[in-house]
Amino acid sequence: MAHFDENARPFSHKWLNERLAVDTLKRVLSTEYWIPKNINFLWAMGMVLAATFGLLLISGIFLLMYYQPNTQLAFDSVNYTIMSEVGYGWLWRHIHGVGASVVFLIIYIHMFTGIYYGSYKRGRELIWLSGMLLFVLFSAEAFSGYMLPWGQMSYWAGMVITNLFSMGGLHLNGLVEWIRGDYVPGQAFLNRFFMLHVLLVPLAIIGVIVLHFGTLRIPHVNNQDGEEIDFEEAAELYKAGKVKESKVIPFNPVFLSKDVFVMGVYFVIFFYLVFYHFEFAMDPVNFDPADPLKTPTHIYPEWYFLWSYEVLRPFSTNIGLIAFAFAQVIFFLLPFLDRSPNVAPASRRGLFKYWFWALLIDMIILTFMGKLPPEGIWSTIGLVAALTFFGLWIALPIITSKEKKL
Amino acid sequence: MANNNGRRDFMGKALGGFTALGGLGALYAMKRTWDPLPSVKAAGFTTLNMKEYKEGQLVTEKWRGKPIFVLKQTPATIEKLKKEKPDDLKRLIKVGDAHYTVCIGLCTHLGCIPGFRPEEQDFLCACHGGMYDITAQVTKAPPPRGLDIPPFRIDGEKLVLGEEGPEYKKMLEDGITMPV
Amino acid sequence: MKELKILGVVVVFTLILYWGVEPFAHSQMHKHVEGHDFKYPDLPALKVKGNAENGKALVAACVGCHSIKSQGMAAPMDAVTSAQTYGVNPPDLSNMGALLDEKFFAHFLLDPAKVTKSKHFAMPPSAGSEQDAADIVAYFKSIAPKEISPKEAYETACGRCHANRYDHWTQIGEVPKTKSNIKTGVDLDALAFKKKVGIYENKLADYMGKLPPDLSIIIRARSEQFLETFVEDPQSQLPGTAMPRVGLTKEGYEKVKDYLEKTGDPSKPKREELGPWVIGYFILFAFLAFLWKKSIWKGHH
Ligand code: HEM
Ligand code: FES
Repeated sequence: MAHFDENARPFSHKWLNERLAVDTLKRVLSTEYWIPKNINFLWAMGMVLAATFGLLLISGIFLLMYYQPNTQLAFDSVNYTIMSEVGYGWLWRHIHGVGASVVFLIIYIHMFTGIYYGSYKRGRELIWLSGMLLFVLFSAEAFSGYMLPWGQMSYWAGMVITNLFSMGGLHLNGLVEWIRGDYVPGQAFLNRFFMLHVLLVPLAIIGVIVLHFGTLRIPHVNNQDGEEIDFEEAAELYKAGKVKESKVIPFNPVFLSKDVFVMGVYFVIFFYLVFYHFEFAMDPVNFDPADPLKTPTHIYPEWYFLWSYEVLRPFSTNIGLIAFAFAQVIFFLLPFLDRSPNVAPASRRGLFKYWFWALLIDMIILTFMGKLPPEGIWSTIGLVAALTFFGLWIALPIITSKEKKL
Repeated sequence: MANNNGRRDFMGKALGGFTALGGLGALYAMKRTWDPLPSVKAAGFTTLNMKEYKEGQLVTEKWRGKPIFVLKQTPATIEKLKKEKPDDLKRLIKVGDAHYTVCIGLCTHLGCIPGFRPEEQDFLCACHGGMYDITAQVTKAPPPRGLDIPPFRIDGEKLVLGEEGPEYKKMLEDGITMPV
Repeated sequence: MKELKILGVVVVFTLILYWGVEPFAHSQMHKHVEGHDFKYPDLPALKVKGNAENGKALVAACVGCHSIKSQGMAAPMDAVTSAQTYGVNPPDLSNMGALLDEKFFAHFLLDPAKVTKSKHFAMPPSAGSEQDAADIVAYFKSIAPKEISPKEAYETACGRCHANRYDHWTQIGEVPKTKSNIKTGVDLDALAFKKKVGIYENKLADYMGKLPPDLSIIIRARSEQFLETFVEDPQSQLPGTAMPRVGLTKEGYEKVKDYLEKTGDPSKPKREELGPWVIGYFILFAFLAFLWKKSIWKGHH
């Protein structure tokens, strides 16, 4: 039984400490959560993601006040009521739309930072895996949200993506209908994706964000030199006032102050996009109301799904689906496919350096091709890029196991 | 480090204060989102054709989603009021030659709909036993006052609810009813 | 500085990515159509000058089908009956002189089907000679109001085929304000109006092959370039479409576009008003954050 001081004033520091261990919490989570000093702004992307998620959450709450999850009303509730009647409704919608797109850009930057600096192995596997889980959940969140305005892209994306679950040659039409709750995307479909978008998936995301933060606490974040830091020793040095000599800084306020500055710059760009350049995030085709009897001339996913979509497209149904499934899970396996013992920037890791840039460029090419009409030269380039993508992943264990220990 | 602390605190406070300012701006936008829509406000008008009502019969209309009691008073009632409760006459609206009780049919206590009792010529609120007379003036607690009169403007034989005409403004000034 | 170099790499890759999925992809997806600034170069210039006085006499033939409300001439039939007779309600002609290109207008009177490029156009050729056509055009120009509102432009040029529900506009006019029965909640007047619109739309769909879409938010569903070239010549963007070329002048089109912007993108002025404040706020925020960071990091390097 813990000791409680009878005379402590309610809500005084002491009183709270006895009940909540606020001092310990503060120490463990903030003032003595040590971060290496030799990091660059790329390490602020995690907090930028958290902030963007916050913006999505807040704007989403206010959109929810007038959105109607009904196939007859959804389109106009968004495009008329929210955009022209609700005070600042347009602002929430633009923040939400731009935020949903930009969050993926930051996620990709965050992921490739991890890949570049090798931050996914030697104790950091769970950080990577929980991060990938967040990627999958964000994808689910983005997709379900895309259904809600019930425009042409909503409808046809819903049609195409749910059809993937027929598993090609397996013809699991029953499964597809089960997912939709109907033969085609209809009222039941819209309602359940609404539920997923505003409740289940965000709940899971919040949980996994906490997990992701938790997985960071023991291994600590990596640094830009691949240096192995003795955190305890460095922390003692810092606490002794030798902040210049110490290799670490406390999360709060030192690391945070840099994060906040990066966030400030990020918000300038973010709100520039919200006010003046939102078209990239709000596809014109989705401003035509859903029409089950007419497919739009060009249909394509949002930009952040294009690379995996393009991996599916050049192949026949069954092989395409297998390729697609491969693309979805392969990043999960990264910590185990990378056989090298080195945790260091790619630039110092021999062949891995080329692998990294090749993967990045290949995925950008896949992304380009995913949006272009699948004709002529574009198909060919898409096919080559897709094959390269598989080749790179097959090559990874081989080239990394040959890597010399630094 | 000591002299550095001052500057550090100052910058931290400046940033914190500036962030709070932005937060206030965001709160304002949120408040506006919570406001009733312009279309809701624009729909806050109802026109009643007063010729359609029959003496002594209570009719319930709707304005801003609330029930509106309309009761055309009989000459006998008017005579009786003149003698017994002359103050109550001020609660009536005169359109053409007739006098009407037009009021929001929600109890001023906690918002139940009082029932009209033709035999007793009064209103009884079943929720907590509040009572009102024939002009909807309160006669028995708990309601604190008579039923509220909606803003109105007399337009010939018509009554426009939601607009404030001179007769309504006079009622407000005289404390006959309260702004709703 | 190393950090700036890294930032440079991130920015360059982001911009390449953006270029590929937006400007480049769209340039490949949509065919490029050159506009002609609403000059209708396929139609020859008029060889004669019109006389409004002569035109006035000729217009007697028009009012057999059309109204000219500004001159006190009513339509011979209501919108629904017209649609049942012709497939579509002939427009009121009061504002035509202000909206249509003169050359287009005159050629249109001579051969409506050919000039509008629509296979079946209800209106028959309505001028006997180029001189007659020019006179009629001169008359309509003489009665045209100086200033036309965006809404009037839309109603005359597009509104008999395209509804605009965000502005409560149907092909047969404004949605009337009606009241439902307090006891049953049934609004018979609204139902009657709906039925009229329904009959009209069915007829219109038969006539055009499909129901012309509601244009409430078309301004966000199509690019500016598409809309402009499409309205100038529908066939250029959608070969075979039933939509006729309407023959607007450039100014007439700008009016229509204003209207579409108002109904489809009403937040534009608000965005432009608030944008600089929010962005300015965050610039200052980033600056303060930078100073804070500097004060905190003092002595760390
Ligand atoms: C919304 C989603 C996410 C949030 C809010 C988030 C947040 C964070 C935060 C705050 C950090 C610590 C600071 C930093 O290094 O940036 C971090 C680190 C990390 N995250 Fe995420 N993250 C998200 C998604 C992901 C994804 C999708 C991945 C990759 C699959 C990922 C992988 C990592 C890795 C490997 C680290 C460690 C970096 C290092 O040790 O240097 N995260 N994350
Ligand atoms: S609500 Fe009518 S008496 Fe309480």
